[in-house]
Amino acid sequence: MSFINYSSREINCKLVYYGPGLCGKTTNLQYIYNKTRPEAKGKMISLATETERTLFFDFLPLSLGEIRGFKTRFHLYTVPGQVFYDASRKLILKGVDGVCFVADSQEERYDANIESLENLRLNLQEQGYDLDKLPYVVQYNKRDLPNAMSVAELSKMLNPTQVPEFDGVATTGIGVFDTLKMLAKLVLAELRKGT
Amino acid sequence: MNPMNPQLVMFEEELKQIQKIVDRLLQDSRSRSILLIDKNGQLVAASGSAHELDTTSLSSLVAGNVAATGGIAQLLQEDEFTGQFHEGKGMSINMSLVGRRIILVVLFDKGTTPGLVRLRVKRAQDELVPIFEALAVKASQPNSSPALQEITDQDIDDLFND
Repeated sequence: MSFINYSSREINCKLVYYGPGLCGKTTNLQYIYNKTRPEAKGKMISLATETERTLFFDFLPLSLGEIRGFKTRFHLYTVPGQVFYDASRKLILKGVDGVCFVADSQEERYDANIESLENLRLNLQEQGYDLDKLPYVVQYNKRDLPNAMSVAELSKMLNPTQVPEFDGVATTGIGVFDTLKMLAKLVLAELRKGT
Repeated sequence: MNPMNPQLVMFEEELKQIQKIVDRLLQDSRSRSILLIDKNGQLVAASGSAHELDTTSLSSLVAGNVAATGGIAQLLQEDEFTGQFHEGKGMSINMSLVGRRIILVVLFDKGTTPGLVRLRVKRAQDELVPIFEALAVKASQPNSSPALQEITDQDIDDLFND
């Protein structure tokens, strides 16, 4: 949950990128890090294995500017996507303000997407969250691959509630900032509502 | 609002009280830096040579560490591990929980001892807990954040206009 500091006039929120292994969560954060100007970002931390698979989390702090005199800071996290890291995923979801589900558009990853989405819903429930009530967006990544399923098919199965969804090619940046901006907007709107 | 993870709010008055406690802890424990960190990874207050540190990264990593050891505790059917101590060659770190939500981090060198740090931390914990409890009550009141209620859709859109 967000941290609002009236003394220093800061709003701090936590965004989590979720999805199956190798879907592009870390790639999203790396692109955001590389394209954000130095004064608006902190150091990116990646706790990963020797083969660069996320082991615990990636972390990227961003400053998005001021709103009504409050500095807005977003902490972006990714979870490890591999199935057996479920215990770690639960921990990273604690205190989440908004979620981006990154789907792997490849046909052979269809089941993995479904499983990951169900896992997200369940893990949120355990923390007292309802995915349908949380600021939430979906990104269909790897749109550039020849074996990518159609967005219509993916959307039907992965986005039944029709939250904002974006096409993505995280390696080149397509859809990365659009996804982030929409999620951040939803989080701020929710914050205002909650007060 | 998620009752399992309520919003953390900080006001000037409470921050002054907290700052006084951490400043005194810094002195009494003879440590180098004190950090108060929210379990979600946000820095709440600091004292000492914290300005020389990358406190954003440190806060996130400390929170991750505490979350991971909290997970281990649950598997062992313990409630939580309320304290951790890591000894380095030059610098050591003591992490302990304050209430349900806050982590108190003390960074110290050979100029003091782990025992003294733990002793002083205990007193600081006892002083900090009621402040954070009062803050939680204050945050749950309606209209506790009037400034945020003034935020319009246009304000939010303007934040993202290049």
